[in-house]
Amino acid sequence: MFDSLRVRASQGTQYITDLRKAVPNGFRGRPQISTQPCKDGCEECVKACPTGAISVDPQSKLTIDLGKCVFCAECVEVCPEGKISFTTQTQMSSATRAGLILGEGQARMDPVTVSKSLASMFGRSLRLRQVSAGGCNGCEQELNALGNVNFDLQRFGIEWVASPRHADALVLSGPLTKNMADAVRLAWDAMPDPRFVVAFGACAISGGLYADAPAIDRAFLDEVGPSLYVPGCPPHPLTFVNAILDLLHLP
Amino acid sequence: MTAPGVSANVSLFSVDDLEVLEVHAWRSAMEKALGSGARLLTMYGRAEASDVIVTTVLDDGTSPKAKILRTRFAPDVGYHALTPAFPALHCFERELHEQHGVRIAGHPWMKPVRFEHTGAAGRDAYAFYEIKGKEVHEVAVGPIHAGVIEPGSFRFMCLGEQVHHLEIHLGYQHRGVEKLLLAGDPRKLAPLVETIAGDTSIGHTWAYAAAVEALAGVEMGLPVEAARGVMLELERVAMHLSGLAGMAADIGFLQGGATYGRLRTTAINTSMRLCGSRFGRGAIRAGGLGVRLEMRPSLVNVAEGGFRLAELRTNLALLTKDIAVINECLLDSRSVRHRLQGTGVVTKETASAIGLVGLAARASGVARDLRPAAGGIYRAHPIDACVDSTGDCWARARIRIREIDRSLAWLTAVSDAYAQWEPIRTKLPALGPRQLVVSMVEGWRGEVVHALETGGDGGLVHYKVQDPSFRNWMGLALAVRENEISDFPICNKSFDLSYCGNDL
Repeated sequence: MFDSLRVRASQGTQYITDLRKAVPNGFRGRPQISTQPCKDGCEECVKACPTGAISVDPQSKLTIDLGKCVFCAECVEVCPEGKISFTTQTQMSSATRAGLILGEGQARMDPVTVSKSLASMFGRSLRLRQVSAGGCNGCEQELNALGNVNFDLQRFGIEWVASPRHADALVLSGPLTKNMADAVRLAWDAMPDPRFVVAFGACAISGGLYADAPAIDRAFLDEVGPSLYVPGCPPHPLTFVNAILDLLHLP
Repeated sequence: MTAPGVSANVSLFSVDDLEVLEVHAWRSAMEKALGSGARLLTMYGRAEASDVIVTTVLDDGTSPKAKILRTRFAPDVGYHALTPAFPALHCFERELHEQHGVRIAGHPWMKPVRFEHTGAAGRDAYAFYEIKGKEVHEVAVGPIHAGVIEPGSFRFMCLGEQVHHLEIHLGYQHRGVEKLLLAGDPRKLAPLVETIAGDTSIGHTWAYAAAVEALAGVEMGLPVEAARGVMLELERVAMHLSGLAGMAADIGFLQGGATYGRLRTTAINTSMRLCGSRFGRGAIRAGGLGVRLEMRPSLVNVAEGGFRLAELRTNLALLTKDIAVINECLLDSRSVRHRLQGTGVVTKETASAIGLVGLAARASGVARDLRPAAGGIYRAHPIDACVDSTGDCWARARIRIREIDRSLAWLTAVSDAYAQWEPIRTKLPALGPRQLVVSMVEGWRGEVVHALETGGDGGLVHYKVQDPSFRNWMGLALAVRENEISDFPICNKSFDLSYCGNDL
């Protein structure tokens, strides 16, 4: 018992009191594009991006698709102008795919739009079933971390469940491999209505680094669109927490 | 097998110097080498014209450089399986058959390892191993499991509660990594390599970077090696803590689960302060380093993630102190000992025969750790292998505990010796033509092996990735034999293997 009390004393209080305000020091989070004009015809960042997340629009303005970005910062390395940098911001999720596009000079991403229907149904209790379909165990570990003593997602009545039968939302990670296509569909079919899909991480949102791999089959996601997109590679637990709180209109 | 000054174990060969044996001569040479105690490091095939070129890499213990045995033959000619005499080859021969259609006669279980060509239909056409008997029942688990975890299928053949055999059927995570690695500029593959097994980003990326640097004829120097070593040992500490948290949770020792879990947070946040990612993403590039550590407070800009040596020391000291407290509580608990001791035993003979690597091998008394014989930073700051003898879940937990201690002591010494790191990018020259490099890093699970071969133009013609999980899944299957099915979760967590690292 004394051992146990010593552990308790060393543990102290570990939970993050205000997840809304928490800033992970040193985290390579939401990128920032300055408004400074690029050199004519320079597309070094576009060429360096391993997932094709960076585009130049007809007005020669840069955009970054956070649904494809793997936060590798290769664009920062090659840019002669220092136009792209990374911030420690974790808030960058969206309820729409288009909401993940970051433009020049944008200082933050819009918060996730509240879903009145989801908020009224799941605002007090949400059960999540996670399925990894080609996830590399980066996303899976961050999703597991949501339940640890630091993030303690259960304080909001949000919990992981073992069976899709008990779940309200399917949290998908990985690019959706062909070999998991039937299992993902079985899990979804087993979930009772009302239900929704969360795409967690660049792989789930866009295929990420595996978008062009022949071993991928994304038909399920094309058919059942996600209600929430959580960018990152892997996303920080705070990116997920803040997105869910916004979506369900929680404080 | 160490190039001077390189911590990853790198062996470089000129392809034109490699003798290509006739298949029977190759098989005899393999038999002779393996029979006299050489250890297989990797084995893979590459299609060329209508033939397959099979490369085997051996450690025969006589020289630090790996030995290569190579053969070329038509896949339908094939050869007689080496697996019956040398079970460590079982997964390699299965892979060779799956990827190249090589006829391998007499293999005891020639099932694809990841169903990369057949898809779901082909996968379902393959039966599981069957034990006949009136009282035998089967329990099917997966591919989706009850937790937040990667998918794979487990089929238990049981008599009552007792498991007679477990077949592990993987491939659900197959993303086609090896093909994608051949598609891009070989010097710019790090972001992809980091996702081969996302919990071993550093292990894989270091093996990749060391391989490409050797092919380009570049050495990065000891400070860079030190930073890579620090990231690797932090990854080891974090994942060992994660394993201990999982094992504690699986036996209902909740204080262990909660405490090891939050200590892992400190370890991965330390990685994040050094490189921007809790999983070491961005820390290693071919010819580059993405780690920043500063000495003087005036240089620190917290908004940009500036991290001071003093803060790193504080984190390491906190981990050392608090881990000791929970370790004592765990190791002294009678219920923990009762649940872990004697559960999921793999004997030394079995571990050796099936070619287990890494912590699972060491827990069974097989002293396989690349670090003590490595060069570079591991020569300047040696680290000893931890070996246990009982081969049970208890041994696999204790190995983690002891390795965390050693890694933390090592981290403290190395960060003191190299107190400052700046991100570095070296522009690598084109890779040397017609070379073969085998690069190995002792990741937290065991040896990560990358074998790359260049063609006449210096482009890659082959990229073989081998996660330690590929060899260790069989260890788990054998560990649960004659155990209760209810002990499977602890056995599984005690190995903590990668699904996508196997499925690629």
